[in-house]
Amino acid sequence: MANEILEEHINKDYEWGFTTDIDADEAPKGLNEDIIKFISAKKNEPEWMLEFRLKAFRNWQNMVEPEWAHVSYTKPNFQDIIYYSAPKPKKELASLDEVDPELLKTFEKLGISLEEQKRLSGVQSNIAVDVVFDSVSVKTTFKETLAEKGIIFCSFSEAVQDHPELVRKYMGMAVPPTDNFYAALNSAVFTDGSFCYIPKGVRSPMELSTYFRINASGTGQFERTLIIADEDAYVSYLEGCTAPQRDENQLHAAVVEIITHKNAEVKYSTVQNWYPGDKDGKGGIFNFVTKRGICLEDNSKISWTQVETGSAVTWKYPSVILKGNNSVGEFYSVAVTNNYQQADTGTKMIHIGKNTRSTIISKGISAGFSSNSYRGLVQIKKGASNARNFSQCDSLLMGDKCGAHTFPYIEIKDKSGVVEHEATTSKIGEDQLFYCKQRGIDNEKAIGLIVNGYCKEVLNKLPMEFAVEAQKLLAISLEGSVG
Amino acid sequence: MISIKNLHASIGDKEILRGINLEVKAGEVHAIMGPNGSGKSTLSSVLAGREDYDVTEGEVIFNGKNLLDLSTEDRAREGLFLAFQYPIEIPGVSNINFLRTALNEIRAYHGQEEMAAKDFLALVKEKSKLVELDAKLASRSVNEGFSGGEKKRNEIFQMAMLNPKLAILDETDSGLDIDALRIVATGVNKLKSKDNATIVITHYQRLLDYIVPDFVHILYKGRIVKSGGKELALEMEAKGYDEIKKEFEIAD
Repeated sequence: MANEILEEHINKDYEWGFTTDIDADEAPKGLNEDIIKFISAKKNEPEWMLEFRLKAFRNWQNMVEPEWAHVSYTKPNFQDIIYYSAPKPKKELASLDEVDPELLKTFEKLGISLEEQKRLSGVQSNIAVDVVFDSVSVKTTFKETLAEKGIIFCSFSEAVQDHPELVRKYMGMAVPPTDNFYAALNSAVFTDGSFCYIPKGVRSPMELSTYFRINASGTGQFERTLIIADEDAYVSYLEGCTAPQRDENQLHAAVVEIITHKNAEVKYSTVQNWYPGDKDGKGGIFNFVTKRGICLEDNSKISWTQVETGSAVTWKYPSVILKGNNSVGEFYSVAVTNNYQQADTGTKMIHIGKNTRSTIISKGISAGFSSNSYRGLVQIKKGASNARNFSQCDSLLMGDKCGAHTFPYIEIKDKSGVVEHEATTSKIGEDQLFYCKQRGIDNEKAIGLIVNGYCKEVLNKLPMEFAVEAQKLLAISLEGSVG
Repeated sequence: MISIKNLHASIGDKEILRGINLEVKAGEVHAIMGPNGSGKSTLSSVLAGREDYDVTEGEVIFNGKNLLDLSTEDRAREGLFLAFQYPIEIPGVSNINFLRTALNEIRAYHGQEEMAAKDFLALVKEKSKLVELDAKLASRSVNEGFSGGEKKRNEIFQMAMLNPKLAILDETDSGLDIDALRIVATGVNKLKSKDNATIVITHYQRLLDYIVPDFVHILYKGRIVKSGGKELALEMEAKGYDEIKKEFEIAD
């Protein structure tokens, strides 16, 4: 099956590079307290939310953009970005019929047919989707079905209106507004995102998904996702994203927070496919994202799986704070860079509770002139007795003009901690390709086979539909990089 | 089946094959012997289409097609199979998935539909018995962590699965103990038919006790210097290559 998929996608460029001609309601360019008040007012937010934003903004003004990542780029001019762009009409949509038909067409092109989703709403094991277009969530499907189970799945803006007690309690718990430069910026200007609450003892009957799309030119996208799994709850959450092909660099600075209570589990999977820029490195998304989960109580588990193929520059470290005893954190990552892409990605596993365990499997693939870095921190705090970590960081090089780097940091403050780290660097060999070709398999398919084999441990962690999409993406991203 | 005429090939500016002539017909088994460095492995690599070598002169007709004009994968799809002297490891890619991809690529080339999963698995079962390959190896990653003997058996298993017209066995006997050698040879013999042909490249006569050749060719310094029946192999084994070396010394 993998081969059909690869075959189908040979010789394709970035497929999602189109723009949609939709009338947008935008804020003027630039960033100051008035803009933040404008955003807050647009969203009809309560006073505490505006306060949260302004506090974050004041903090942000005193912060400096981080420079420690192994990437180089021209820093964005934060006064030259539109911080609010909503497709019109932005009134409450009662049904899909009210959604702008242009927008629906866009989603069909992206392969998310909301119509289809709606029609199939009775069918089990479907996926509920929240779609965020530029700054605003346009539609959340399956809301009613989920509500029967007590699951809240809605846009962040709705959550602020309808479930303020939950938002106030949990927002900023895993990623405080002062956490870092981009998290602070996001906290000040975020315009929408997804919110999800799984009540006690409930396993979500379907996978929940957010689809992010940047459309308008000159905008940045700053969305927030907040997922809370109460005691004994479980949810598998998917995130996808694309953007039009533009010559300019666009900024995406998101925050994702996950909180798990006793015995709860959240599995978060991302296929990140923001526009990576053209073959000469022009344009593309700056993807500066803070993702963090906190295993608040005992026996809870948070698992991050990411397939990163997009963005011009990626700066992203989905992390887990293992606070509850016996809690488990996992990070499975495939990061592909081609042409002039740069990625500095990895994870942090912070062990605080006793008997906490974490696993890190990172697979980097570099091709073209790209640079691909793994950066990870494993921290075992004092008192985190019998904490364990296993890390494996592999790099695969294609061609001789790309770079792969590994920056593992390990801090152990408790004597009973056990940390294992394995790393390999390999090159797709001419020998492997020749061997495949001698068996009748052509170059592109051979690369697909070898790369998918290399990433298997990670791809296996993705939900089925996502794994298929990820395999396709890997093949497209690496087209023409060998031979 | 295959007709090689005046084949010259070099790597860099060093000429390794200096005019090979060889005619192999369907149903035949040919053995190519020769001392180290005579060009045995180069010949198999050039026929399979390895890009490290430049063919400077000559012609190879394979099933009526000009072999040298075909890409490596098309040569394979036309029915040329090389059993590697050092089989390559491909981590994370299961033997089954690898073979299924290969088989379906070959089928697609011939305008055939993909083989149904059920039929494919039945074929795997049947062919793995042929070389007494543990069923577990079929689901493991291609050659990864295989012993030397397992790798060679896996090559013959792949050959059985892909059913080539012409199989070239490049030093398949190297590194095999006597039991593994017998298993591999038995497999090759069972695959023999009047419609296919085999070229056995070997340094030692030993393998030829099991895979009995119709013709034996002695390769020396890039040329076939002597051809004969299976007795030639025994003669070489008894006398060694020294006599050949003396007789056919060519100034470099």
